[in-house]
Amino acid sequence: MEEIIHDQELESKEYFINMGPQHPSTHGVLRLVLSLDGEIIRKVEPHLGYIHRSIEKMCEHDSYQQIVHLTDRMDYLSCHINNEAVCLAVEQALEVEVPDRVKVIRTIIDELTRLSSHQLWWGVMGMDLGAITSFLYGFRDREMITDIFEETCGARLTMNYNIPGGLFFDIHPNFQKRTKDFITYFKKKLPEYDALLSDNVIFKQRMNGIGKLSKEDAISYGVTGPTGRASGFSCDVRKHHSYMAYDRVEFKEILDTEGDCFARYKCRIAEMWESMHIIEQLIDNIPEGDYKVPTKAVIKLPKGEWYQKVETARGEFGVYIISEGQRSPYRLKFRSPGFSNLSALDHMARGCKIADLVAIMSTLDLVIPDIDR
Amino acid sequence: MKSIINYFKEIFWGLKSLVKGMAVTGHYITHPKEIITQQYPENKATLKMFERFRGEVVLLHDENNEHKCTGCTACEVACPNGSIEIIPKRVEVDGRKVKAIDQFVYHLQMCTMCGLCIPACPTDAIVMANTFEHAVFDRSKLTKILNKPGSKIMDGIK
Repeated sequence: MEEIIHDQELESKEYFINMGPQHPSTHGVLRLVLSLDGEIIRKVEPHLGYIHRSIEKMCEHDSYQQIVHLTDRMDYLSCHINNEAVCLAVEQALEVEVPDRVKVIRTIIDELTRLSSHQLWWGVMGMDLGAITSFLYGFRDREMITDIFEETCGARLTMNYNIPGGLFFDIHPNFQKRTKDFITYFKKKLPEYDALLSDNVIFKQRMNGIGKLSKEDAISYGVTGPTGRASGFSCDVRKHHSYMAYDRVEFKEILDTEGDCFARYKCRIAEMWESMHIIEQLIDNIPEGDYKVPTKAVIKLPKGEWYQKVETARGEFGVYIISEGQRSPYRLKFRSPGFSNLSALDHMARGCKIADLVAIMSTLDLVIPDIDR
Repeated sequence: MKSIINYFKEIFWGLKSLVKGMAVTGHYITHPKEIITQQYPENKATLKMFERFRGEVVLLHDENNEHKCTGCTACEVACPNGSIEIIPKRVEVDGRKVKAIDQFVYHLQMCTMCGLCIPACPTDAIVMANTFEHAVFDRSKLTKILNKPGSKIMDGIK
């Protein structure tokens, strides 16, 4: 009997499995190579490069107005915020002060973008865990925001509404009314989200205590956004390095201490309430004035380096411009939140079951074009 | 004893949470008017896009088949991905040769609808149209020549 137990053939061996690049729950073309011991994950190795488009290199040949539209194609769910980061960096370099009207409009649309991103995340999150109903509910409410964007910015997803020095056009006359209608509508609908998923016993058991990330690990991996804040890492750029109109509104930084999947979930739901609170404070007080300051047709930045960071729906997004005084940057580096958040996936998923990996990835809210660029 | 009570309590709260979620979906089954799905191909006649929607670039022509494009190539320079290509020619006006467009070539397959060409145009000759059904079977059909045959530039546009 003992001989059989000590037989090498019965010992468990490491088993490799490919998750992706076509796995539906990886939200795109992310390939994860998993080493498994039975059903338990020993190691997760993300392989990138399937959607690399060399955006940073393309930026070295484009003018500063043209760079803005490329950032739409990175984190397409918070594209307005990405656009704003580039514009803020260029405005910082040109020492241009944008009018108050621009600041307030940009902030409102930022928050609408964050709301629509979280709505999509909520829908997809439920679908990853096997509940297709939530997907339809999330998209139903997101449709109202995309309508607001389409009317004011001219596109539903890749909006390209910012230009260095202001905005493409002034807001549409219907913008304020539509936004207010949406806020009153969504305040009634957000409790439905809780009834459908947050309180659900099956959902809770799949989320509670899964994928724990401590505050120290969150800081050392550079995890930002709602993912970092769920671990207690106070990293909200809007609060700590205020830009645009965030210094004149009152809002809470949502912090949690648990650091597990359910904490990340709760953080994002609470952020939706905060976003609506910010929009409510600004929507009636859009100051009069110009919607842009005139800039030269060919923008040439002086020689130097500039860094600008903003808070997207996923975390801290940074733009680092090195200029040699030409019409396009010498080097442009994007610090994307998705890349840093993904680096913590291996640490979080070790020891979990393979089905939990889907839940962990979902709460990280990964957007693959943002990671690969 | 306490663990048994907790066990039944958990079952009760678990079932209650499921019923709570079912109540939301049940509400929408019994209230079909609150469903907002658009029946897209059927509602084509009434479907109206927003006026700022960026669908494709068009060169505006008036009823005399005249356009405003001078062939200055400002849009070609502003375009980030080479979607616009202007082929100029020389025409004779009042005995002297003037630059004009021969073909305004627009590669729809490369266009990202960023809209940078519209404010770049000094004469407001091009606009973004609201059309959005661009699917074709042959890729070459996506390369369009925007100036209509026989069209010429409007008087007084320089």
